[in-house]
Amino acid sequence: MGISIICAFREGAKQLFRNKGMSLASIFSIVAMMLILGVFFSFIVNLDVAMEAAKQDYDTVQVFLLETTDKEAAARMVKDLNDMDEVIKARYISKEEALIAWKVQWGESGYLLESLEENPLPNAIEIDVATLEGADAVVQKVKTFSGIEDILYYKDTVEKLISITKSVKIATLVMMIFLIAVSVVVVTNTIKLTVNSRGKEIEIMKYVGATNWFIRGPFLLEGIFIGLISALIAFGIVSLIYSKAMGLVGAEILLIVGIPMVPVKYLAFNLAIIFIALGISVGASGSIISMRKYLDT
Amino acid sequence: MIEFENVTKYYKEQVGLENVSVSIKMGDFVFLVGPSGAGKSTFVKLMLKELEADSGVIRFGDMEVGNLSNREIPLLRRGIGIVFQDFRLLPKKTAFENVAFAMEIVRSTKRTIKRQVPQVLDLVGIPDKGDKYPHELSAGEQQRVAVARAIVNNPTVLIADEPTGNLDPDTAWGIMRVLERINNRGTTVIMVTHAKEIVDRMNKRVIAIENGHIIRDDVGSYGYKESQKCVPEEGAFGNYGD
Repeated sequence: MGISIICAFREGAKQLFRNKGMSLASIFSIVAMMLILGVFFSFIVNLDVAMEAAKQDYDTVQVFLLETTDKEAAARMVKDLNDMDEVIKARYISKEEALIAWKVQWGESGYLLESLEENPLPNAIEIDVATLEGADAVVQKVKTFSGIEDILYYKDTVEKLISITKSVKIATLVMMIFLIAVSVVVVTNTIKLTVNSRGKEIEIMKYVGATNWFIRGPFLLEGIFIGLISALIAFGIVSLIYSKAMGLVGAEILLIVGIPMVPVKYLAFNLAIIFIALGISVGASGSIISMRKYLDT
Repeated sequence: MIEFENVTKYYKEQVGLENVSVSIKMGDFVFLVGPSGAGKSTFVKLMLKELEADSGVIRFGDMEVGNLSNREIPLLRRGIGIVFQDFRLLPKKTAFENVAFAMEIVRSTKRTIKRQVPQVLDLVGIPDKGDKYPHELSAGEQQRVAVARAIVNNPTVLIADEPTGNLDPDTAWGIMRVLERINNRGTTVIMVTHAKEIVDRMNKRVIAIENGHIIRDDVGSYGYKESQKCVPEEGAFGNYGD
């Protein structure tokens, strides 16, 4: 068994080189498919991470209190809110604390805030909600309190973002299915050429009583080789593009969106697994399809 | 024992075989004769399960051919060696390699291959041609390689489909002697042929098929009138392998 596997591997590699032209064509088309996939995958992963971060940022409800609301009233509200199931934690933030936090956020430019004559910020209650859906109930509750100036929460925004992400994912999936189908067809045709040129040999093998898998083996490996090589090439290119892109626009994105890009290391591992799995399955299915005609009987 | 029991096979509009019953004992030497399109190839293809019978039962030893799953077909074919009119050798392999190829397929070890191939080449009368490529061999020698390949895995039955069709009479007799030698070792030989002289001189059992029916089954001569149309099978001429 061991010997025959090695033998089959050698045969597969040999075929690949004999068919250089067509093998290259297949490799190109799979690589192209994977590049598109890779770019979208990186995009989606980043989008997902950004979404998660956004959700975390936005699953808080901020309640601004009127000047007239005293500390005791606020403490009662906090207690009431903390009693709710939907609330993870509600806490009172005095205007002084808020200003300090603001200064910290502004970092080096924080000194600008020094010039303020009086603190423009209101006292507030910050409520962490367990789920986005729970936010509605919390808001309803807060509306029953008196002494509220304003309620700020982002349920609509986050929901919109989620639905956009979903559409992008679905669109990518549809495109992927199409691209994978195209690659399978190209690989199928490549291997068909080899199969046809060895039709006589296959026929003899069948007459002598070779099992279908024995006959299929070398062709299957040829397909798998094509897929594997494509996966490695595509992986290299996508990682390179991604790290270049990160160097180029990573800083800007962090500045604008406030969320860093997913590091190459994390992305690369997943990308490698996806590409290798995809390459192998495209190559293998291509070769199995191309041999169907010969292995009917 | 090979047995056909009321076997019928139709092609779209044509009759392949119709209600054919015949049995061939192990160790027999049988000629299958008849005009082109009579049903001889259908007979062979049904035995190899290259075609499926429409009705009837085909038995090969204790296997019922019709009931074999696709996975079992290779096992059936390992029990049957086959030789074609056009040799069908692989042009890029030597005689030795062509024969060894059949053994590799059934996963024989290298040692067995090294031991057995020369024996078989010796049996078919070309012990010294192992390292020659098909194009370096005469037509008769090529057919001997094909015969060696067919029997190297010790099948119980050897089917020879017009094995002498591309050979001149002397060479053809050489092949017949090889087939006879193989038959004497206990292998059943079924030979499909048009060669009247050979059939007449061999004096073996003759099964004559015409229009999908067995019209005669006895020992002796070809007995098939030449006045009836006798067109050589397709590719009978000038197809000396690659």
